[in-house]
Amino acid sequence: MLTGAHFLDGDQAACEGALAAGANFAAGYPITPSTEIVERFAVRVPTVGGIFLQMEDELASSMAVVGATWGGAKAFTVTSGPGFSLMMEHVGYAAMTETPLVLVNVQRGGPSTGLPTLPGQGDMMQARWGSHGDYEIIALCPNSPQECFDQMIEAFNLTEEYRTPVLVMMDECVGHMTEKVVIPPAEEIKVLPRRYTTLPPSEYQPFRPGPDGIPEMVKAGDGYRIHVTGLTHDEQGYPAMDWRAQHKLVSRLVRKIRDHADRIARCEEDGLEDADVVVVAYGITSRVAQRAIQMARAEGLRVGLLRPVVVWPFPERRVRELAQRVHAFVVVEMNYGQMVYEVERCAGDQARTLLVPHGGGSVHEPEEILKAIREAME
Amino acid sequence: MSPLPTINPVEPFLRAERMPHIWCPGCGIGTTVNCFARALVASKLPLDKVAVVSGIGCTGRVAGYVHLDSFHTTHGRAIPFATGLKLARPDLTVVVYSGDGDLIAIGGNHFIHAARRNVDIKVICVNNFTYGMTGGQVAPTTPVGATATTTPYGCFERPFNLPFLAESSGAVYVARWTAFHVRHIAHSMVEAFQKKGFSFIEILSPCPTLYQRRNKMGDGLDTMHFYKQHSVIKNGANTRDVDINLQGEIIVGKFVDNERPTLQQSMEQQLRQTLRDRYAGWGGV
Amino acid sequence: MPDVPTAPKARKFRGQVFIDWDRCKGCGFCVDFCPPKVLAFSTDYNSHGYHPPFLANEEGCTGCDLCGLYCPDFAIFGVRVPVGGEEPELASAKP
Repeated sequence: MLTGAHFLDGDQAACEGALAAGANFAAGYPITPSTEIVERFAVRVPTVGGIFLQMEDELASSMAVVGATWGGAKAFTVTSGPGFSLMMEHVGYAAMTETPLVLVNVQRGGPSTGLPTLPGQGDMMQARWGSHGDYEIIALCPNSPQECFDQMIEAFNLTEEYRTPVLVMMDECVGHMTEKVVIPPAEEIKVLPRRYTTLPPSEYQPFRPGPDGIPEMVKAGDGYRIHVTGLTHDEQGYPAMDWRAQHKLVSRLVRKIRDHADRIARCEEDGLEDADVVVVAYGITSRVAQRAIQMARAEGLRVGLLRPVVVWPFPERRVRELAQRVHAFVVVEMNYGQMVYEVERCAGDQARTLLVPHGGGSVHEPEEILKAIREAME
Repeated sequence: MSPLPTINPVEPFLRAERMPHIWCPGCGIGTTVNCFARALVASKLPLDKVAVVSGIGCTGRVAGYVHLDSFHTTHGRAIPFATGLKLARPDLTVVVYSGDGDLIAIGGNHFIHAARRNVDIKVICVNNFTYGMTGGQVAPTTPVGATATTTPYGCFERPFNLPFLAESSGAVYVARWTAFHVRHIAHSMVEAFQKKGFSFIEILSPCPTLYQRRNKMGDGLDTMHFYKQHSVIKNGANTRDVDINLQGEIIVGKFVDNERPTLQQSMEQQLRQTLRDRYAGWGGV
Repeated sequence: MPDVPTAPKARKFRGQVFIDWDRCKGCGFCVDFCPPKVLAFSTDYNSHGYHPPFLANEEGCTGCDLCGLYCPDFAIFGVRVPVGGEEPELASAKP
């Protein structure tokens, strides 16, 4: 395994993060600007033990990794924009079947084919709500190649712990930005194992939750003769077509994340101690916002940064706390308003919420953000 | 002398607590499951190492009834799931068991690519010429002239000839039988289990509720008699010549039995040749 | 000596059929495709309202298990019981 300091772009770093987490299976379909992740994986994985297969489309890629996972692999797929839309059905399938799965979306400008080579952050709500029905996922949002590396490991750990899909929501800037990435020695990297059962087949039920709401897993070929279905199912995994089974299963799929939301949600904060205004930004936009905050501080404005690192579940508690004592939130995102709805919801009547939108294709100008900060101070 | 076996030989392969199944009287899907069970017995495969993957639809429910590791996936995506599973676990025998709409319409792209790659999976396609689960819509297998809820004045599209599609895409084993040909089906399944590579068995089967009744072809039993009378066994027939018409002759048999490296064999050979000592090998998870 | 009857051909096996009455959906596959025509529809109904088969000609059964292969509802099967006293076997499990 690679260790030490390297000069990598975000896509390459994400690949190294997957390898460091023990990923031994990836399937993907080419799509800019995400392809470099699996291109590197295709080069690297045969030398360390594992499989990469380029599939015929994103539907196949996202299902091949689910199949590999039930065979015992640690698997992921990567995509962008249109491919993310195609993979949505299997985000739902993985959520319903509680399949550990990491899915990377290197966001580009949309909708539709949009801006294949230029950045966007327009898939944040799709990440949360894109598949039909009710479920919860976890989504991370790196803002540097180092974080692309680190968050891939975190994503694999979270998906093993909570058995729901974990989405790494990069953007084209972060994916193609090259910086120093430090890869620690393997023994210093914490990798969570799959939660395999120790029960014998006679006592095991594949979807019977443990105390934390999460069932233990087995893999195909272990003699448990499990049944896995995307239909509403009982704890044995058998289809159960009635409202009681639906309520029991879906409420658990939702609660297993919501009940742990405070543990999962994570923010990075800077200069919030005395802040009157909080800039909320994530991904590449958070780095542009940092510049705007420096400019505002130079003007004597008391402003700080709240950067959701784990964006879903949304860091609700922290935003509510801050809303008690700040004037306003300035939400900066590369879309016409997505995460701003979450901030507004949590801020309620306690603090104003302003949006600094951007259509994607480039990043914000710090001056636009500064202008909004000044306005928020009024 | 040991006591007589008083349980049905298919029983150890069923999830008995899920019986009765949802299939209509006269449907042939259950018949194919009997053949599958007999073939598993005959082939002496270790059952803990057999996985069944289905898509969506009436045949897709097979996964839910067989007492094996079984995966009921999304519509059309049984083959990609099976591809991932087989690559991760070369020790498993992976059987895709699904219907014509699932495998050939919504899943058609995966079907041709898995055959092209020669993924070592066994694909059993129960072809009842229609979408049963959703109420009898036209399928890419519906013969010209047959009516369906969505072709109320008769199907006007040429259907796929599945054995030809499978062979031209690269399948190494291709057979077609009808639900009447139970011993042939079981025999073909045994052969497919022993075969390395993408093996395809098409089984024509009655859908009395939604295909035969709508097309005034009688019930399931009438259809089985029709299959008996109109089937002609032509092993080795050119798959170009095995199209199915509404009321015509049905050519059945084993059409293709070739040898070609599987996806995994090709992958390993290529990687070993190129990477030499640097290739870590892959024996599965 | 045409009057002397020839001994009937000795059978090594007799057949035995098992029917799961309530699983049957009355499709008739077993009745029509039983080679020695052992089965017929009963006039009684099972709990689901179908007419399962009954053994109308039990002596004819060879235990070939074609009924078991055909039955889409897993409601019937046949075994061969050796007349000599060895273990019964399932004819259809032979490849």
